[in-house]
Order: sequence, then structure tokens, then C-alpha cells
Amino acid sequence: MKVIAFVAALLPLMRLVVLGVTDELGANPIEVITRSTGTWTMVMLWIALGITPVRHLTGWHWLVDLRRMAGLFAAFYGTLHLTTYVWFDQFFDVPAMWHDILKRPFITVGVAAFLLLIPLAITSTDRWQQRMGTRNWLRLHRLAYACAILAALHFVWLVKRDTREALVYAGILGLLLALRLPIVLRRRHRRVPVRRQ
Amino acid sequence: MIIRSTDDIAPSEITPQAVHARRRELMVALGAGLAGGVLGARSAAAAETPQAELLDGVTRGRFATSEAQTTFKDATSYNNYYEFSTDKYSPAGLAKRLRVRPWEVVVDGEVARPRTIGIDELLRLPREERIYRMRCVEGWSMVIPWVGFEFARLARLVEPTSKARYVEFITASQDTMPGLSYRVLDWPYGEGLRLDEAMHPLTIMAIGMYGQVLPNQNGAPIRLVVPWKYGFKSAKSIVHIRFTATQPGTAWNKAAANEYGFYSNVNPEVDHPRWSQATERRIGEFRKRPTLPFNGYAEQVASLYTGMDLRKNF
Repeated sequence: MKVIAFVAALLPLMRLVVLGVTDELGANPIEVITRSTGTWTMVMLWIALGITPVRHLTGWHWLVDLRRMAGLFAAFYGTLHLTTYVWFDQFFDVPAMWHDILKRPFITVGVAAFLLLIPLAITSTDRWQQRMGTRNWLRLHRLAYACAILAALHFVWLVKRDTREALVYAGILGLLLALRLPIVLRRRHRRVPVRRQ
Repeated sequence: MIIRSTDDIAPSEITPQAVHARRRELMVALGAGLAGGVLGARSAAAAETPQAELLDGVTRGRFATSEAQTTFKDATSYNNYYEFSTDKYSPAGLAKRLRVRPWEVVVDGEVARPRTIGIDELLRLPREERIYRMRCVEGWSMVIPWVGFEFARLARLVEPTSKARYVEFITASQDTMPGLSYRVLDWPYGEGLRLDEAMHPLTIMAIGMYGQVLPNQNGAPIRLVVPWKYGFKSAKSIVHIRFTATQPGTAWNKAAANEYGFYSNVNPEVDHPRWSQATERRIGEFRKRPTLPFNGYAEQVASLYTGMDLRKNF
């Protein structure tokens, strides 16, 4: 299962490579690469966040094995996305990028979302989980929700006028967050009597 | 009205006869590794296969940049035509449905002789080629050899009165346009120019490009081209031209007034609120290039705006 998921998660990149080699990326290849890697960053992150609620709804507990992979692929596509911007859009012009980050809210939240992904990717290993203790580790990895909210804002704010697609992503994220709510509430209920003992 | 003599065109804007024959500059593949290989391959495939109806009797125009022209394929596959789709790759296919005949252009408002002009009459006007830079507000640009005639020539047919101070251009809205069902803009698409801008010799009504009849996705059968303004000012598929005493509303300005002004002159100094306008990506090129004031037509048009604060009147 993991192998299939791994190969499937690489398909978007393979597609870009094939389109690039065959000169089918269209009139503005860098725009296509930027959009595509950005889209797949979100898709992977949304999948990672969706696994827990889907597991609770369906009882398919084996899904949890794929969560880490989805999260790491989000970081992978996010890195490609940011690299495209830094290299092919800004050509490593640090002052221009700094200006962008300060002045353009959609860039600000995009960079913030990427920065949040870094500690999550680094601490994704079993070893880090042990070192931090499961509880702290889980607490840290809730940053994934903040990261997703920032990513959704990044998309909505960059669109010129037709925000429909961006709002679909934001809507699905809203649904995922809503699905988490009962689980969070249940956990809190459970915790309260424990503290009273 | 200030119309400068057209003799003072920058020498760089006049194409030597020898260079005029269409030529392709192969882009130097930049960057290493994958990116270099992938992107460098692009412009080699620049071969053009004109398939549409060729326009005859096209003379060489007075304004022609000698910069490398965008490939026909790129110029006809990467289009902002929101009446069909907000995706730039879709109009090439969707706009095939556009009905371009019969076609009439109503020209009225503050004019002595309002007229409804059939497209065939407009196609009979003497036409010339104008090779213009086109800069989109989104940060990309093209070089397109338009075929058309000066707007001023059309204005002479209707004789604007002294009350006319602006010109409004309205795009068709047809049941062939799936994008109209979504009110992303206030349809029909309307654009506007000050009268002196419209009458400037750079402002043309285009009926073709690359020596051919205008492809539907590029605004067939007749469109406005104002090369010193962001691309959205150059309204496509025009059905109505109205001379007005007051400044007309324009589609993008109505949609987001803080982002798109009435003038929308290309200006690297005035950023769009959400992105910089200092540089642009010329379609077909890898590196970005600096954006020029008035899209490189400052010498011809800057005098239209003497004394105006172009940061306020963006």
C-alpha cells in the first residue's frame, strides 16, 4: 500500500517532467510549474489532515500509516513551489523577495506556511517522536492546521478575481476542521474528570 | 487635444526593411540541470503554421518594434478572455463557438453622425501592420504583429462633437460565451479611454494579427489595441463604441477600484497592490526583464499626461 501511495504521490511531479521534456507546458511554463507544485502541496497537506477524521468515520485504521508520507510530500511539493519562486520568479533577488514578503499579504502567508512545515518535516521521524514524547510531538504537529489555514489564505489572496477554485480548497479545509471538532471536544471531556481525581 | 506629430518616433521603434521579414531569435537556454533543459527547449519549437485566412493588402505600419515576436502558437493559446473562461488556456478552444458573422459595430454618443457599421465595411478600410509590445497586468508580456487601422480613422466616420471627451468600448455578450454565467465581472465587458488617448496614432482597431484574420480567442472580429496600457484596456470583440462627455465605467475598475485604475498605463513605479510591476516575463523567455514606463512608448504618449500625478491616476 505504501509503495502504491508513494508512486501515486510522485505522479504530479512526473507529469510536469514529461510535459517539460515534450515542450507541452504551454506559453508560460514557469507559471504552470508554480501553480502545479502549489496545488499539490495543498492536496498532500489536506490528505494528511483528512486521514484522522476519515479513519474515525470509516474505521480504516491502516490509513494512519500514510499520514506521515502525505505530510512529507506536502513538504516536498512545498519546497519545489518555493524553489520555483526563489529561483525562476525572483532569480535569488533577496531584497526583492524581502520586499514581497513584507508588502504582499499572499506572499507573507505563503512563506509563513512553508516555515511552519519545516519543523514538522524535521520531527516526522519515529526517533524525534520518542525524543519529544508523544504528547509534545502531537502538540507540535497540530501546527499542520495553522499551516493549512495559511496555505488556503495564500491561494485565495493571490487570485485576481475568480476565487472559485481557491474557495473549494478553503471549504474542504473548513470541513476537515469541522470534522476534527467532535474529536477535540471528546478528548477535552475525557480530560476534565481525570484532572479532578 | 494633444496629438504629437508621428514623425518623432524613436529610431529604435522603426524596423529596418532587412529586419522586417519575420525572424526568430532562439532563446539562450539559461539555468542548469532540469530547468535549463526543460525551458530551453521551448522556443526552438517556434515554427508557425498559419492556418487562418490571410489578410491581403497589409502595408507596413509606422510603429513597429524590432524585438522578437511572440510565437503565433503562444499568442493564440494563452489568452485572457473571461467571457469564455478565467483560465488562460481555455479560450483557444472555447472561443471557436464565437459567432463573428454577421457583426456590426454601433458607434454613437457625442457624434454628429451616429452609425451602425458592418464588419465588412471596417475590413475594407486600409490596413497596416503594427508590431507592438503587449504587457499584461499579471506580469507577462508578448510582442504581437497586429493588423488594423488607427482608431482616429474610425472616429472620422462619425465626427465626434466638441462634447465628446471620452470613448467607451463594449465587448459582445453572446450565448456562445460560457463565462457570462458567472458574474466575475460586470458584463458586458466595458473599457474606456480619454478622447486624446483614443485619437493617438498608436491606438488602433485590430482586425488581424500575424498577417491573418484575428483568431476568435484574440478578440475577433475587431478589437481595440492600446499598447502603452495594461492588456485588459484593449477590449476584445467590440460591438459598441460610444463617445461620451463623462468618464465611462470600466470592467476591472468596477470589479476592484483599488487594483485597477481608469488609466492603467503600464508603470513599473506603481505596483499592483498584490504584486510588483517592476519586471515582466516576456512569453518565450526565461529571464524576467524590466518593465518600461508606458510599456516603452513614453516618447510617444508621456505628453498626454503632463502635469498628472500618475501614482494617483494609476
